[in-house]
Amino acid sequence: MSIRTPLAQAKGLGSAKEGVAHWWAQRLTAVALVPLVIWFVISLIGLVGQDHAALVSWLQSPIQTALMVLLLVATFYHAQLGLQVVIEDYVHSEGTKVASLLGMKFVTFLLGAIAVVSVLRIAFGGA
Amino acid sequence: MPTDNRPLSPHLQVYRPQLTAVLSITHRLTGVALAVGTLVLVYWLVAAADGADSYRAAQAVLDSWLVKLLLFGWTFALYYHLANGLRHLYWDTGNGFDLETVYLSGKIVVGMAAILTVLTWIIA
Repeated sequence: MSIRTPLAQAKGLGSAKEGVAHWWAQRLTAVALVPLVIWFVISLIGLVGQDHAALVSWLQSPIQTALMVLLLVATFYHAQLGLQVVIEDYVHSEGTKVASLLGMKFVTFLLGAIAVVSVLRIAFGGA
Repeated sequence: MPTDNRPLSPHLQVYRPQLTAVLSITHRLTGVALAVGTLVLVYWLVAAADGADSYRAAQAVLDSWLVKLLLFGWTFALYYHLANGLRHLYWDTGNGFDLETVYLSGKIVVGMAAILTVLTWIIA
């Protein structure tokens, strides 16, 4: 017999009040990153020592642009989820914790946005 | 009653490090290292978007031995986090938790990460 209320059981949000959303998003991005990272590493090996024109012509292919944007979104989302857990584990003072979480989220969003915009500028011929 | 600054358990300093625990914290450390490493990825993409001159300058920076050393470390971190991440996804299925399998999969992860890192740097 559970001592949790029927409503709490139905909602299934647990003590952290967010259910399995964080866990699920971390797994989703992890699974997505497996093929994306393998694709990225293989692509990078091909680009080492190549000039700017080679990079641009590679990145301008719609498939490569799409994969690169997906890689960046999944990477920064996954990093954000991971760093959140690290901060929650080690920063115990409530004020510092909230401030660190906010700062970390802003920085990861900013870096992700800069990266995606850079890729799109190359893709649409701005560079 | 002050509730901050209470002692935390387990007291890590009295524990003998075991492979399982070391690999676990290494997963977290490589994750944080890779998050920091995204700065290099962003730098590379921004330089590329800025044009050929900036890209050439960025290539020179990335080609310096100190940065290369860091990139080598990040390569290992990436492969380790990837391999151990797959180990975690396997655990998510509810399998592989007996002591023998946990140690075996741990050793495979370290071996794979080392081999792939060296292989990547030989090819690239």
